[in-house]
Amino acid sequence: MSEILSAPYVLEYTYTRSTGPVVGRFLENLRYEVLEGVKTADGRVLCPPLEYDEDGEPTTGEFVPLRPSGTVKSWSWVQEPRKGHPFDRPFAWALIQIDGTDNAMVHTVDAGKAKRMKTGMRVRLRWADEKNGTIRDIACFEPISPFLPGPVHLEYEVKPGKHYSAYLRGLQEGKLIGGKDPEAGKVYVPPRGADPMTGNPTSEYVEVADVGVLTTFTIIRIPFEGQKLTPPYCFGAIVLDGTDNPIYHLISGVPHDEIRMGMRVKAKWKPQDEWETSLENILYFEPSGEPDVPFDSYKEHL
Amino acid sequence: MRDVAIVSFSQLPSVKEIEAADEPELVQPVTSDAMKQVGLTQDDIGFTCSGSTDYLPGRPFSFVAAVDGLKAWPPIRESHVEMDGAFALYEAWVRLMHGDIDTALVFSFGKSSLAPVPDVLNLQNDPYYVQPLGLDSISAAALQAQAMIDAGKATERDFAEVVARNRKNAIDNPNAHIKGDFSVDEMLQEPYISSPLRKSFCSPLSDSAAAIVLAAGDAAKKLVKRPAWIRGFDHRTEPHALGQRDLTTSPSAKLAAEKAGVGKGKVDVAELHAPFAHQEIILREAMGLGNGVSVNPSGGALAANSLMTAGLIRFGEAANRVLSGDVDRAVAHTTNGVCLQHNLVAVLEGE
Repeated sequence: MSEILSAPYVLEYTYTRSTGPVVGRFLENLRYEVLEGVKTADGRVLCPPLEYDEDGEPTTGEFVPLRPSGTVKSWSWVQEPRKGHPFDRPFAWALIQIDGTDNAMVHTVDAGKAKRMKTGMRVRLRWADEKNGTIRDIACFEPISPFLPGPVHLEYEVKPGKHYSAYLRGLQEGKLIGGKDPEAGKVYVPPRGADPMTGNPTSEYVEVADVGVLTTFTIIRIPFEGQKLTPPYCFGAIVLDGTDNPIYHLISGVPHDEIRMGMRVKAKWKPQDEWETSLENILYFEPSGEPDVPFDSYKEHL
Repeated sequence: MRDVAIVSFSQLPSVKEIEAADEPELVQPVTSDAMKQVGLTQDDIGFTCSGSTDYLPGRPFSFVAAVDGLKAWPPIRESHVEMDGAFALYEAWVRLMHGDIDTALVFSFGKSSLAPVPDVLNLQNDPYYVQPLGLDSISAAALQAQAMIDAGKATERDFAEVVARNRKNAIDNPNAHIKGDFSVDEMLQEPYISSPLRKSFCSPLSDSAAAIVLAAGDAAKKLVKRPAWIRGFDHRTEPHALGQRDLTTSPSAKLAAEKAGVGKGKVDVAELHAPFAHQEIILREAMGLGNGVSVNPSGGALAANSLMTAGLIRFGEAANRVLSGDVDRAVAHTTNGVCLQHNLVAVLEGE
């Protein structure tokens, strides 16, 4: 046992502070979500306002309304806030020059992660929900994102043409229709106006099987704007039996680490009463159970 | 102006905690030793001045208790500053200018181990605009360090190199707290406390006490063979609000150095009080201390930082090198306040 005694001890002072006309006006205004600076004798604006500038000159008492936004002049990221810090999650201390002023305010930025902090970044003021006429009526500042939404919305009429119409009508009946130039003999799904290798019209329609070879695939693991499915999911290129180009569809019904090139796959159709003129009639392709095919048999389609 | 010199210096080794010592117990060993070195007792001292802060022990008027460590009866001429002991030295120097007394005893003590120091130092901040936010001293210094990086004046590697050099210098200093060969690359792997400051870029918090005896004119010559004469001494202050200052420079250190006459001759050694690594870079530039100057042979505050005492120790370390004859001209510096707000600079010479 130590010879020296030890005990916890708390020091508190119940001080109050008088604020005066400059600091007092600024702090009182915060209650009403009004941000003001004070003009110096040489025409600069200080926020937070001070009674004297750094040259010891009294400020003028003329107040200027300010937009509650500014620029970060320096900052420090605190990953693990200390007791007494105004946040209990990671945040930044910052010197913030309020727009239209010539000095900087010490405050905080709620940026979520250090990577978002940068000297020169733009920030906007966030007011505290409950106000009591102190500097903490400003809850913090938050980054102004340099991105704004820019959506495009235009309404069109789709007319898929004769060949694609034939393909979509086929899907409505649960059939996959391809187009063929009788001379060259190659079959394309969906059918096109011409065989791209001969330039001849694909004058003949053929029904092809809903089973084929997975020639290549990718597993999507990242989210993106407009995504319909929840990652991870697999998207693959399938060359249907008797055709000469791949179609693209989801690969499912199999663990992702078992998906492989050369795997035989078969269409999984929606129930017949839900069929429309859409490839969405096929939910996805799944393993057919047949043995894999050798690489050489599909390499020209990659 | 009267010639005034530092004639003796005593310090307690800076350590993490001096458990078994209250204020008088910290003060008595260093004041008695400093006086004994030059054959004086408290009865021979014309003026006594101390520097400390009550917020370290958390006891109001703890500096009064410290006077018990002196022989203060019959009543002595005594004063105290709520600042580093170096500022008490400044007051004592001014007091000796009156010409009616020839000797002064200066002391300070700091038990950092008792207090939540970074939070205590928030009390230095503006009570209207900053204190309510809880800006601790490390985060305030971090705003200054980041501003230096943004201005292209230094990198984190520069900060680490300052620390490595100081703590290597401290190997030869039996009174230093943190010393040794520190790897720059390893320091750069430490997590941030408040970015861009990592633990090693901040000074340790130490307990210590220190005392210095000043003497004027012939009195100094009688006490020691080679007094460390104070040839120039100046204290300058910058605006309180961080947002009113260019934190990457120190106009106050620059002006204080000019007024103290730092540039009037070759500087052999400079003891700079830089509690954070980046502040040494600012101070060297502001005070015009080039590569030829040996900065902080003691290891500086980055090797031992007893609050309110580390500055006085800079004066003692600089003076000892003059007193011993090792150097002819030394610069001693102390800072107080947030981000180098106050700067006190002295030039000490052997002849």
